[in-house]
Amino acid sequence: MSTNGKPKFAMYWAASCGGCEIAVLNIGEKILDVDANFDVAFWPVAMDAKYKDVEAMPDKSILLTLFNGGIRNKENEEIAHLLRHKSQILVAFGSCASEGCIPGLANLSSTQDIYKTVYHTVSTENPANFEPQYEYEMPEGILYTPEFYPVLKTLDQVVPVDYYMPGCPPESHQIAAVVELVIKVLHGEATLPPAGATIGAGVSTVCDDCPRQRNVKTIKEFVRIQEVNSIDPELCLLEQGIPCNGPATRNGCGALCPTASAQCIGCYGPAEGVLDYGSRLVTAFASVIDSNDPDEINRILDGIPDPVGQFYRFNLAGSLMRAGKPAWQGNGSH
Amino acid sequence: MSEQETFEPVIIGFTCNWCSYRAADMAGTARIKYPPNVRLIRLMCSGRLDPTFVLKAFSGGADGVLITGCHPGECHYIEQNYKMLRRYLLLKRVLGGMGIEPDRLKLVWASAAEGVRLANEITKLVEEIRALGPLNWPQWQMGNGHHAMEVSQPEEVTA
Ligand code: SF4
Ligand code: SF4
Ligand code: FES
Repeated sequence: MSTNGKPKFAMYWAASCGGCEIAVLNIGEKILDVDANFDVAFWPVAMDAKYKDVEAMPDKSILLTLFNGGIRNKENEEIAHLLRHKSQILVAFGSCASEGCIPGLANLSSTQDIYKTVYHTVSTENPANFEPQYEYEMPEGILYTPEFYPVLKTLDQVVPVDYYMPGCPPESHQIAAVVELVIKVLHGEATLPPAGATIGAGVSTVCDDCPRQRNVKTIKEFVRIQEVNSIDPELCLLEQGIPCNGPATRNGCGALCPTASAQCIGCYGPAEGVLDYGSRLVTAFASVIDSNDPDEINRILDGIPDPVGQFYRFNLAGSLMRAGKPAWQGNGSH
Repeated sequence: MSEQETFEPVIIGFTCNWCSYRAADMAGTARIKYPPNVRLIRLMCSGRLDPTFVLKAFSGGADGVLITGCHPGECHYIEQNYKMLRRYLLLKRVLGGMGIEPDRLKLVWASAAEGVRLANEITKLVEEIRALGPLNWPQWQMGNGHHAMEVSQPEEVTA
């Protein structure tokens, strides 16, 4: 690890898919600016480093840490605390760290059911029925593996966070803009946004950026996009009965999906000021239904077979409820 | 006494200012008895009910949520109670998906003259929620070492 006087940069992945790292590398030649302006102190996906190297660093010695991934196990949590201590600016980077994202959907299931799916279904070859042990006696001594927690948490449910950068993954042009801003701040040419702000995104909704027309049209059925014969290229998808999450989702991607005739699934998380993402969508979806009759409304709602998956695909861990009952009731069993 | 009999459910009730709040008021002035488990919050119209309020109530410790509004066709803001009806039916499905009994959420239409009916509905709801038992949603805390079950569970009573 060099000590060349440049400010230190770190990036870490907890419970995530690795897409955020790829999005960072995808910023093209701007990555060279990162290298020119920062000393990369810790970035497991890009370079070899040990936790003990980070532990040895003085507190607050890393200027900027991009933390992606949710807090799924004890290791994730320990590193979140460690990097909080060592970093001046800690960014919840991407949907997983900000709001739980897809790994957070496991918050609907008990630990036992998660283990069953991971270790004992047809896609896994596990004839001896192994399951992880947190402590295991070996001739050389006891081996420890990090404890799996019953409920996945967002980064800010574990440590204080300075900024949020939404997206699954964040769009590369947004990352590049944030990198540029931080470098400007380093050179005294700009100031940081207020603490707690969401960076690299807009303050409105995907609908606001969406080129499709809204005509306050109401619908008699919800349809799955893959079952629609022809999609009107001009009209709002929701007004065609296609469950689009644009009304509650923060803008920043440039309305990529609806522009390409696919519904927004909400990867940029809740729009500014939205306390509960799914609640906002319940209101939006209810308002396009063309019926005042309970039976008919229920028939139309059958077109949304998985409401929690539809309304909280990225946001369950960050939502007001945070988890389904089976997850927290199974607490302590592992 | 069994746990079910000693358990006093906490129910948050969102009432519309024009009909159902008056119904509740009338029940009070007419000294019609109904259980004190419901904490009423007055909204101008049931259409003001943001589903966020309901989830906030459940996540904050409520065992049940009651929504009341003017009868269909009688909303003072023309058709807002229909919008609420649609939200309500969708919200019940969301609750079900999270493993919460959808019956913990109830909608009652009541006109200003229906104090008795509203009181009866409240009494019924309290008993229904009592039968379902406490929801006990965990009061999650930041940095608590991840052990989500903060709320103490009711003690088991041995026979
Ligand atoms: S609901 Fe979807 S398709 Fe309609 S305007 Fe919003 S983002 Fe565009
Ligand atoms: S349209 Fe929605 S799902 Fe698609 S990239 Fe944008 S925020 Fe994500
Ligand atoms: S005014 Fe009573 S429900 Fe709208």
